[in-house]
Amino acid sequence: MATQSRTELLAAYRTMATMRAFEERMHIEFAGGGVPGFVHLYAGQEASAAGVCANLTDHDVLLNTHRAHGPAIARGADIFAVAKEIYCRGEGLCRGRGGSAHLHDTKNGLWAANSGVGSGVALGCGAALAARTRGTGGIAVALVGDGAVNQGVVSEGLNLASIWKLPLVVVVENNGYGEATAAGYAIAGGGIARRAEAFDMPGVQVDGSDYFAVFEAAAAAAERARRGKGPSLIEVEVTRFFGHFEGDAQTYRSRDEAERARRERDCLANFRRTVVAEGILDAGELDLVDTDVADLIDRVYAEAEAAPYPPDDELMEFIYADSL
Amino acid sequence: MSDSAGITESTDTAASTETAESTEMNMLTAINHTLHREMARDDRVIVLGEDVGANGGVFRATEGLYDEFGATRVVDTPLAEGVILGASVGLAASGLVPVPEIQFLGFVYQAFHQLAGQVARMRYRTRGRFHAGITIRAPFGGGIRTPELHSDALEGQLCNIPGLKVVMPASAADAKGLLATAIRDPDPVLFLEPLRGYRLIKGQVPTGEHLVPFGRAATVTEGDDVVLVAWSYMVEVCRRAAGKLSDLGISARVLDLRTLVPLDTEAITSAVEECGRAVVVQEAPRTGGFASDVVAEINDRALWSLEAPVARVSAYDNPYPVGLLEDDYLPDVDKVVEAARRTVEAS
Repeated sequence: MATQSRTELLAAYRTMATMRAFEERMHIEFAGGGVPGFVHLYAGQEASAAGVCANLTDHDVLLNTHRAHGPAIARGADIFAVAKEIYCRGEGLCRGRGGSAHLHDTKNGLWAANSGVGSGVALGCGAALAARTRGTGGIAVALVGDGAVNQGVVSEGLNLASIWKLPLVVVVENNGYGEATAAGYAIAGGGIARRAEAFDMPGVQVDGSDYFAVFEAAAAAAERARRGKGPSLIEVEVTRFFGHFEGDAQTYRSRDEAERARRERDCLANFRRTVVAEGILDAGELDLVDTDVADLIDRVYAEAEAAPYPPDDELMEFIYADSL
Repeated sequence: MSDSAGITESTDTAASTETAESTEMNMLTAINHTLHREMARDDRVIVLGEDVGANGGVFRATEGLYDEFGATRVVDTPLAEGVILGASVGLAASGLVPVPEIQFLGFVYQAFHQLAGQVARMRYRTRGRFHAGITIRAPFGGGIRTPELHSDALEGQLCNIPGLKVVMPASAADAKGLLATAIRDPDPVLFLEPLRGYRLIKGQVPTGEHLVPFGRAATVTEGDDVVLVAWSYMVEVCRRAAGKLSDLGISARVLDLRTLVPLDTEAITSAVEECGRAVVVQEAPRTGGFASDVVAEINDRALWSLEAPVARVSAYDNPYPVGLLEDDYLPDVDKVVEAARRTVEAS
């Protein structure tokens, strides 16, 4: 905890509060029918992306998952452009053609949010090799979920990163379910973090309701990558507060699982409790952040809903550099 | 193509070159020579794949690159096609110019998600903020007794993936000119090399700068009774068939498409208008193959010029057969001659 200043911790709280409020509002707007297309909400997992991204610089690349909203915000993408992208509007991050699951922002080192789960590890190998080849000093962080770890390409990527000692950190957000399939059913070998051992890299498991645990694990892995010591794997245990996607009936888990997680494993509440108890931040300034964030979210959604759709004549653009 | 300033227009029959100097090469040598030139020209070019480095490639296409450019630019990968193509996206998005090799085209199935789901879509998904200028080299095709997955002609499947360009040279000079264009192209390119043609196809290759633009078919044999439309090694088969047809008093033109995406529909249209009859020849299985698309383009653009139904010559709709059976399976000179003869006699 001592590794981050008071200002940095206040910023971390603001980031997590923004991610949470963005998704709580998205849940309501989606139910109201105002959001075109599917969304996968990140609420409950905020400490993971916030703790990881707090260790990244402008030279680094984050390869996002399909549960993309929270990590995009944590990486510093313009939240207005994030919302407009989810609403498929022309002023979105990808001019409204990527949508919720494909948020890219090359300016902020946010890459390849991806509904082809696991591909981020492969793309991350390329980004990490390029960083080393070009001598940028950057690292790549591939964010994937527990559902992705049984994809062949993840094993291909972990192996390649290890034999080439790439500056890559693979962060597996284990929220317990790949869609509806329980991680305990789907994953052999006694857990995700243990798989790292087979690839001769450090693998740790951290509590994703504890921002400080995530931050410290990510700091160690990022430092190792920057020193040229090679890749690491971090398994972050999280609970998603909503379904796999909005509209998911969640027949695969007990009705009170998410409610219990909100009571007992809320990373935002845990963070607040810790920093107040230790006298680092006071409750009043955190309340002010909450007020600010609520106002920001109102403006973000109002602007996104009012933003124009891209013109239809853009349909055939950007397939190739020039039209064939 | 207007995006690469260095590209010069070619005529229908020959690509433009910087100088007239040329030397005889086979297709494999032309490819190797071009990789050397492009790596020397642009230090962002990185070659990667299985055995491409210290070993020089299973067919020797990358021979000498490792010694000349070193291990950071000529990179041996494990046998893992998914991450070869996935990592290439990351390299390209970081400003490098990856030229991955898929050792045999059939192995691309191991990486099909990376190819169709990532490589091809990056530009569209991000409205141009992100793109993957990658040249994927892959030997393919039958005739040298390789087993299935080492022989299959998959171009029809690849052409059905918007975002990819599909390039299939039939001559040594085009192998050079099209590969150089591919490596300098900002879009992902599948550069498919016919295994049978690697050493068998020989010709004069310009030794200096030589670029062949995409989307320009070439007439390799003149004729006006029937046009044989083909690509890659089937151009060679059609050229020989045209010789036999000439003995039968039939004047067959051979049109080499060179690139399937983009497709030179104008050249196809004018050839059909001038000949009135067409045979489309592909090495791939018949159903859902690219030949069907060529026939559809002819229907759209030149139906009223036809004097007979367009014929297709293809392999059969079965998995690639092993051993000597491939001689029955593959289109050959006799099958093309027969199809052309029937087309000419149909009216």
